Amino acid sequence: MIMSPKLNQKIAWLITWLSGLIVFLILAILIGFIFYHGFSALSWSFITNPITEGGILPAIICTFYIVLLTLAIAVPLGLGTAIYLSQYAPKGRFSEFVRYCIETLAGVPSIIFGLFGMALFVIILLRTQCLLAGALTMACLVLPTMIRASEEAISAVPTLHMEASLALGATKWQTITKVILPAALPGIITAIILCVGRAIEETACLYATLGLSMLTPGSLFHGGRTLALHLYLLVTEMPGDRELLIRQAMGTSIILIIIVILINFLTRLLSGYFLTRMKGDN
Amino acid sequence: MFNRYFVDNVSKQIVLVCATISLLILFLIVIFIFKEGFPAFAKIGLLKFLFGTEWSLKEEKFSILPLIIGSILSMIGTVIIAAPLSIACAIFLAEVAPRRIGTLLRQAIEVLVGIPSVVYGLVGMTMLVPLIRHIGGSGYSLLAGIVVLTIMVLPTMVTITEDSLRAVPVSYKEAALALGATQWQAIWMVLLPAARSGITAAFILGMARAIGETMAVYMVIGNAFAIPHSILDPSRTLTSHIVGQILEAASGSLHLNALFAVGIVLVLFILIFNSIAFSIRRKTL
Repeated sequence: MIMSPKLNQKIAWLITWLSGLIVFLILAILIGFIFYHGFSALSWSFITNPITEGGILPAIICTFYIVLLTLAIAVPLGLGTAIYLSQYAPKGRFSEFVRYCIETLAGVPSIIFGLFGMALFVIILLRTQCLLAGALTMACLVLPTMIRASEEAISAVPTLHMEASLALGATKWQTITKVILPAALPGIITAIILCVGRAIEETACLYATLGLSMLTPGSLFHGGRTLALHLYLLVTEMPGDRELLIRQAMGTSIILIIIVILINFLTRLLSGYFLTRMKGDN
Repeated sequence: MFNRYFVDNVSKQIVLVCATISLLILFLIVIFIFKEGFPAFAKIGLLKFLFGTEWSLKEEKFSILPLIIGSILSMIGTVIIAAPLSIACAIFLAEVAPRRIGTLLRQAIEVLVGIPSVVYGLVGMTMLVPLIRHIGGSGYSLLAGIVVLTIMVLPTMVTITEDSLRAVPVSYKEAALALGATQWQAIWMVLLPAARSGITAAFILGMARAIGETMAVYMVIGNAFAIPHSILDPSRTLTSHIVGQILEAASGSLHLNALFAVGIVLVLFILIFNSIAFSIRRKTL
């Protein structure tokens, strides 16, 4: 029997609605499950206690350090490279090739960066697993993303703006800092936020470089663990009462998810702010 | 005050230095991985390394066929589940959903992208694994890995598929509708074929993500170094193997070289997938 096109369409609509519903349900179940199991773990002392007493304060501080250090290394380098590639680099085979390499490296799994970081920073350069080694590895990991995203933002600025500025007698650098970068700022900030997000959520590249210590890192050469890493270690390697550990891991997940949602919210807020500001300037 | 031409010149040099350092770092990563990995190929023998089934620290025998099979199986399983779901969801977002629901769903997908992979691993361990244990086996299995991976690659695939559906000129669909096709016929017979290459790119990028994902898979797949005979058997992937062994490898040992060699195999997989996706996308642009 051949179905009528109308009936066919109804079935198809049903299927697409169902698939949308499934994606919603996945998120709802995921978050519901985590909150159901982890909510009882949340308390003020959970956030402010050291890890040895069942808290996560050292992990929060270490995550903060890793994000700051990663940005301090990757943002200037990435932005400088993006400016060079989009404004100065001669167009041709070589820059095409460089772009292809960056694109590919942005897709390389983080465990490969972890291997690299361990072999270069831990074994050869610093000789210990520490905050600096972790941050350097993480910076290598986010660098391709940073370069690519900010280069996209810079290339999106109309060349007309640049030509107008140059025609008024501005030097190239004046044009870059006073015309191009302000116009590309929303995109660059998005790129930075993208890097912050990755620095918070990546674990594989830190597993062999950060040192996994339970204490708050006192200097660049001490070990530590980020929130995500702590979560992993809680359920796989920490000895003790299994149920308690899982509850703590769920609590840590809630904190991580709240951070992720805040970051999403912040991105939207910032891009909205810049959009209205730029429209206002016209 | 510095002369502005002087500033212009100095800045240009600074930016050039930035670019040189970045590119050096990026090339260094590639060179380093190959330099550390090749001794393993040389000492063990390429074919023996790729197609052997033994990994023993004591006897210094390293070969990775079970890992390659584990990675490929989990990747294929993931795409088989994720592909129909993501196409249906992308059609829903691009053509069917009312505006508000579409925005809401897109926000939900954004949150799914941002959730750290260890959180997926944790939920997989505590919810999925006990569920699968009811079907059979220990629960830590290829199936658990596939389900977790499916959820993780879904947002990427949906987003790219939706973009490529939206990139098809409206006039295509309008022409089909004007010829008397129903909305669905226009989508199925005109829109989807026109967006074919974008959808293929979405699948391939999804596969690349699935094969590169590490922590979540490591937490649920069971990590048995053996070729799985059923979907309920525990397995081990290239990535989870590296995580599992990285802290035990002594510097300068053949073991560490072998781990880097596993890394090379992984990078080659990703390189192939990315190149295909890259060339498909460039063809359509």
